[in-house]
Amino acid sequence: MYGRAQKIIYAVFVIAVIILGWSLDNEYYLQLLIFIGLNTLLALSLNMLMGYAGQISLGHAAFYGIGAYVTAILTTTYNVEPILALPAAVGAAMIVAWIVGIPTLRLSGYYLGMGTLGFGMIIHILFREWSSVTGGASGFVGIPPLEIGPLIFDSRRSYFFLVWGVVLLSIIMCRRIIDSRVGRALRSIHDGEKAAAAIGVDTKKLKVQVFVLSAAMAAMAGFLYAHLIYFISPGTFNFVASIRIVTMVVIGGMASIWGALFGASLLTLLPEWLHAFSEFEMVVYGLILMSVMIFLPRGLTRGVIDIYYRYRKSHDK
Amino acid sequence: MLRVRNLKCFYGRIMAVKGVSLSVNAGEIICLIGANGAGKTTLLSAVCGLLPTWTGEIEFEGQSLKGLDPPAVVRRGISLVPEGRMIFPPLSVMDNLRLGAYTMYKKKAAEAVEQDLESVMTLFPILRERSDQPAGTLSGGEQQMLAIARALMARPGLLLLDEPSMGLAPMIVEKIMEVLEVLRSRGLTIVLVEQNALAALEAADRGYVFETGAVLLQGSADELLADKDVKRAYLGKDYGDFYDAV
Repeated sequence: MYGRAQKIIYAVFVIAVIILGWSLDNEYYLQLLIFIGLNTLLALSLNMLMGYAGQISLGHAAFYGIGAYVTAILTTTYNVEPILALPAAVGAAMIVAWIVGIPTLRLSGYYLGMGTLGFGMIIHILFREWSSVTGGASGFVGIPPLEIGPLIFDSRRSYFFLVWGVVLLSIIMCRRIIDSRVGRALRSIHDGEKAAAAIGVDTKKLKVQVFVLSAAMAAMAGFLYAHLIYFISPGTFNFVASIRIVTMVVIGGMASIWGALFGASLLTLLPEWLHAFSEFEMVVYGLILMSVMIFLPRGLTRGVIDIYYRYRKSHDK
Repeated sequence: MLRVRNLKCFYGRIMAVKGVSLSVNAGEIICLIGANGAGKTTLLSAVCGLLPTWTGEIEFEGQSLKGLDPPAVVRRGISLVPEGRMIFPPLSVMDNLRLGAYTMYKKKAAEAVEQDLESVMTLFPILRERSDQPAGTLSGGEQQMLAIARALMARPGLLLLDEPSMGLAPMIVEKIMEVLEVLRSRGLTIVLVEQNALAALEAADRGYVFETGAVLLQGSADELLADKDVKRAYLGKDYGDFYDAV
């Protein structure tokens, strides 16, 4: 039954993506949906680390940035094909995650938060100050569009399908990991690291592995972002961006794959809708996030499911 | 099977176990009794690799456990049922059990794991009934059974139990001790750490009495049950007799 429900959800998701992709002609809406897709990837990547394994990262935008900058530098400065830059971008983020993860993931709780925060800041400063390579504070211009063989992703519609295809694959991959032996071990680390170790889970190794996976997914999002906008600047990958990813995970629902999608959607759409409030935009934005956390403390996904059950219960009586 | 020689365990500069030696033979049930802070749990943590700061010797089946991390110890065939059960509350009972078999994949043991699941669920039928429920919704006794079942999933040769009777009704304690007896008859060796000395000694073959980090007394379970000091200090019996005798 569980498997069937999953299949229906996947089917709905795929059909929704296809219908939206074909029917929408408005560039603005397509762009918005592409951004939701990229943010979903980011939220999904952090959710594996934070929601499932229980390890907080306040520097996740750094991996997003590494993915974007590596492909920008390779494709523009060195004229590498974008498709060849992809493994380099993702690989670079994985190597950095591995090197940083081994000492940092020994920390836990607030201290891990602090450690990753510091890491994020260092990478952000690197993007901003290493002007000869990264273009510095004014950004990196002239990134070419993404070409894969004969396919050129230079229209919004084609990019929409590309990004959501990657999102779908990532969701399937995460789902499979979570339902596997390794996924159970990840959740056990979240509940009790010592207990997990006592039953034979190599907690240190597993934490670094999930950190590396998470960095790879974030770098993938960064790669897609760079070839979408053709221009990147350090501000996109700063501390606030890291916090936004954390917020998406928490608002959407920790340890929930679809929660990443809901959280990313809400946080991408809210600022657009709230333009109407002009100078009060940020106030309303903050109030909405606060209300979600007060009334749906377990995030949108669990919250909506709980409300549904409560509703059904009250009707059964 | 397990041999501990002159074990000293440290928390920072504090020595919690001060030179303990003990041995466990294959097929035995051994109990370690003693009050809070006597060093029993510390000793188990050292054996399992959870506490790396110890000196002395710990040998399992003739090989030293020095420097092994907990997963390596589990792979050698030692499983711990930790104090306070430490099940994973949001995970289902089934997922908890499968986690217990985490180290089994290298032995290409998908089939063996299914067999083990069947066998622990026959041992504890309640776990079969509750297999889809989150483990946190189980009662204390059921959680303890789950913790034992989870430890068995790694196919240990030596099972270490830390206070399995903690917070449980006497009837449940009796049931758990019966299960240990069954497990022993299947060839498992068991070390039982207990404050409930009476229940532990009734189940065990031999026992060690701990006090402030050292072994105070050792002997067969019957000897210890009859010992005056043990009676006074841990069994709460014959208190008056003891005083009269003095």
